[in-house]
Amino acid sequence: MTWLRNIANWLDSRLGLWAPVRDMATHRVPRRSASFFYVFGSAAFVLFILQIVTGILLAFVYVPTGADAWNSLQALNHGVWLGWFLRAIHGWGADFMVAVVLLHLCQVFLFGAYKFPRELNWVIGVCLLLLTLGMAFTGQVLRFDQDAYWGLGIGASIVGRVPFVGAVLVHLLLGGPMINGATLSRFFTLHVFVIPALLIGLVGLHLLLVLKLGINEWPMPGRVVRRETYLREYEEELRKDSIPFVPDAIWKDMVFAAAIVLAVMACAALFGPFGPRGIPDPTIIQTVPQPDFFFLWLYALLALLPPQMETPVLLVAPIFVIGAFLLLPFVAGEGEKSWRRRPVAVLSMLLIAVSLASLTSLANRTPWSPVMDAWSGDPVPRPDLQGRSPLELRGALVFQDEQCRNCHSLGGVGGQRGPALDAVATTLTQDQLIRQVLQGGGNMPAYGKNLTPPEVTALVAFLETLHPVGELPARNASQKEMENAAPLPPQSVR
Amino acid sequence: MSEEQKFSRRTLLFKLGILINTIVAVIVAVPVVGYLLSPLLKTDRYLSWISLGDIGDFPEGQTRLAGFRSPFGSAWDGATDETACWVRRIQGNQFQVFAVDCAHLGCPVRWFPQSELFMCPCHGGVYYADGSRAAGPPPRGLFEYPWKVQGGKLMIQAGQLPTLSTRA
Repeated sequence: MTWLRNIANWLDSRLGLWAPVRDMATHRVPRRSASFFYVFGSAAFVLFILQIVTGILLAFVYVPTGADAWNSLQALNHGVWLGWFLRAIHGWGADFMVAVVLLHLCQVFLFGAYKFPRELNWVIGVCLLLLTLGMAFTGQVLRFDQDAYWGLGIGASIVGRVPFVGAVLVHLLLGGPMINGATLSRFFTLHVFVIPALLIGLVGLHLLLVLKLGINEWPMPGRVVRRETYLREYEEELRKDSIPFVPDAIWKDMVFAAAIVLAVMACAALFGPFGPRGIPDPTIIQTVPQPDFFFLWLYALLALLPPQMETPVLLVAPIFVIGAFLLLPFVAGEGEKSWRRRPVAVLSMLLIAVSLASLTSLANRTPWSPVMDAWSGDPVPRPDLQGRSPLELRGALVFQDEQCRNCHSLGGVGGQRGPALDAVATTLTQDQLIRQVLQGGGNMPAYGKNLTPPEVTALVAFLETLHPVGELPARNASQKEMENAAPLPPQSVR
Repeated sequence: MSEEQKFSRRTLLFKLGILINTIVAVIVAVPVVGYLLSPLLKTDRYLSWISLGDIGDFPEGQTRLAGFRSPFGSAWDGATDETACWVRRIQGNQFQVFAVDCAHLGCPVRWFPQSELFMCPCHGGVYYADGSRAAGPPPRGLFEYPWKVQGGKLMIQAGQLPTLSTRA
């Protein structure tokens, strides 16, 4: 093998790369930092490489035009040998990358790695997270289906809420007045050129800073970071108790990265690619758009916020949240690193994680959305119909026919936007039911204009039967008096 | 560095080089920025009168889905240039034309003729037959296109995606 060595020597005598690369690879890291807690950054890097490679491969076939993007994705799924698998790897790789980047963020936060002197690297990391989310959103747009189309509409509606320059921003976002080919072209450019270029540059800087400042040491309770002493203490630790990154520490990164890539491949093989779902034809309005997994929490938040809070939260909250992330190392640049001594940090992180998880799980059930076909698809439960008078049965028909079921469930089936009505008669009296139907309120439309008086009478008669067996419906004092009094002549009933 | 070196011929030429390249960079930047801002036209440049068909296609007292093709599209837009809208013919030549885009976040609203409500599948916005807000998170009623009847055709002025800051 001397000839190989000769070639290598010939190259290195001109390039001079061997010595600096070797020094970089074998730089010493604190022994206790060579832990499985410190592998998320390198795994994110490996996933990023996987995304670049699969992305380039997909671009061999993908056509970024409004007319043909969807068709070219179908060709990838069904026509190109293993095209579906490449799409699946890219899609699952994206989900894994966002997840691993978030894990990396949590680890760095809990281990206090953002403190002096690594503040700048935290700031770069926050930018990398935002760019990763940017890739996730633009990538969802490139899967140019119904969800992508209406997702862009949601994006435009959000920027349209910006005061004064809203219209300008909408037209800049869409590349013109409508969502069409021009919009896809600019998202393609962002996803394929602009954001990846920024990511590559910042990832390089991120790694350079890790090398330059050293990996965070394992945080020990009571070992407090002080600007005056930290650098000396870190050097001391390196001298006393450290190992070379290659080969002593890197094997854990390699094991984890390999496991993650295998997990991506397994998900891709088992679950296949994401969509594309329906064709992006805006005249097909029978669609229920949903964002991809990592934006579901936002989808839920926008349904649950009080309407008057939405614009402030949409426009102001991101500035505060991102600002808080960026300022964190400058506010808390010194002090304890160990999570055991930072209860506020641990609780804040748990709070954010639980909130995001709850919102995501709610967004999978969308209890706030009317079930568009419940009125025609979900029958009234049989017990609610047995032994009823013709008027009450007519009321059940009105209940279904007027789409009440889209928002109100019976027997656990139907919409959940409004309250379930299985026992409504025990909480609302006849008068209250009539008022609620006619005037609406409490987030219910008023049906006064849409229902004829006989329909209202029938509907309320049906609603009054909805109470558990053996439990009396709600009554008010006047109702009893009315029933005891002589019945009104029929023509005076409205 | 001595005084002499600070103002030497070389440093002067170096600074001159920076100056020239700054000027060139600005000259290059002007068309680049202009190109990037090209989607920004005055709003009325993005509006045009479009026919939705004979008024006879829309029965009185009913609300029907209609469609038109965006006048500002390109050849490669495919189906995305098609746009849907809800046409309500109140009576005679009285119309209301609503954008399908929910005023909340732009999801497509659906019309239910039985309950005479528009419902949005995303976050549960509900509107009455006249487009006014009935329930849910929308901050206003449905967006309406300006319309006119010309030569027996129903025309609407449209061309841009309606949002809270861009009119239908």
